[in-house]
Amino acid sequence: MLTDVSTAEDFTIGLNQALAWVDVERHEVIGEFEVERGYCWTACAAVQNGNPLYWDDEVARQLTGGPTAPLTLLSAWFRPHYWMPGRESMPLPWQTHFDLKQTLVLPEAVATDSEVTFGEPIRPGDRIRCAETLRSLSEVKTTKLGRGRFWVIDAVCRNGAGTWVGTETMTGFGYRNLQE
Amino acid sequence: MQTMTRQNLTIDQVAVGDSLPELTHEVTATSVILGALASRDWRPMHHDRDFAQQRNGTPDIFMNTPNQAAWLERFITDWGGPKARIGRYKFRMGDSICPGDIMIFSGTIDAVSTDVKGCGWVGLTIALAASNVIKTRFSARVALPVDNEDNPWARRGEDWQP
Repeated sequence: MLTDVSTAEDFTIGLNQALAWVDVERHEVIGEFEVERGYCWTACAAVQNGNPLYWDDEVARQLTGGPTAPLTLLSAWFRPHYWMPGRESMPLPWQTHFDLKQTLVLPEAVATDSEVTFGEPIRPGDRIRCAETLRSLSEVKTTKLGRGRFWVIDAVCRNGAGTWVGTETMTGFGYRNLQE
Repeated sequence: MQTMTRQNLTIDQVAVGDSLPELTHEVTATSVILGALASRDWRPMHHDRDFAQQRNGTPDIFMNTPNQAAWLERFITDWGGPKARIGRYKFRMGDSICPGDIMIFSGTIDAVSTDVKGCGWVGLTIALAASNVIKTRFSARVALPVDNEDNPWARRGEDWQP
């Protein structure tokens, strides 16, 4: 909570530190298991997706040279297990988003837009790794939510060979509600 | 019951203004929970009704983002066929999708083009509605074969410009 008026109006707090993160890869996460077909079929079954690309090995061989994972399952491959022995806290997706909130002293933040771009198909046996990069940080803006900054974060995903398989892009707005 | 989709649309078979066949699904708790767990999203608002009501202020558990994306992928490839390769999609979520909702995907083609590498592309504007309210708006860029011999999945490196 910002009770000090001068702090509440100062939007340069932490700015230099945040700007130093622009175009720098941070928070790399490596999938805790290899891509597996059982997950692919469960994901297809959940939405009754009968695309033969995922169910018919001959179609997969002809079109993609063998089985691939459903594209929109991208983020699943680097999400941590719900629990595992010895781990006391679960890593957060979009850690950079939370870093910016904290560093810029913007107590509230929302994701305003999301985009996903797909590269090389993901295949069973791949181990997916994902690193976040802050792409931009806006000037101070005022919206109906409050006053703060927009940011754009890429989560760039690669397979074990280092080949790009996809990027999730999130636009966030961190703000202070100046009426509080 | 979903049937195996084998028809492949080619870029010459589509035009700006065309509509995609609607996809309707009655959302159940199973739809929400199975989709969340399949996408490895363990957060309680997607499987615990008390948590969703008390912490998120929603009427019930609600569909997570990757699950909505998976339905989007199905909606697109039910229409385009297995050769249809999604290059990118954007979305903006409005309201929640909960058990009991009748979920309806609808979409139209807003662009048809061929890029410098000869890959055919369509631009889609897609709405996910329930109870006559649009809950999520999507746009997507999808590669379709330029003819029956073409296969967008064969594109690699510089030949794939999503």
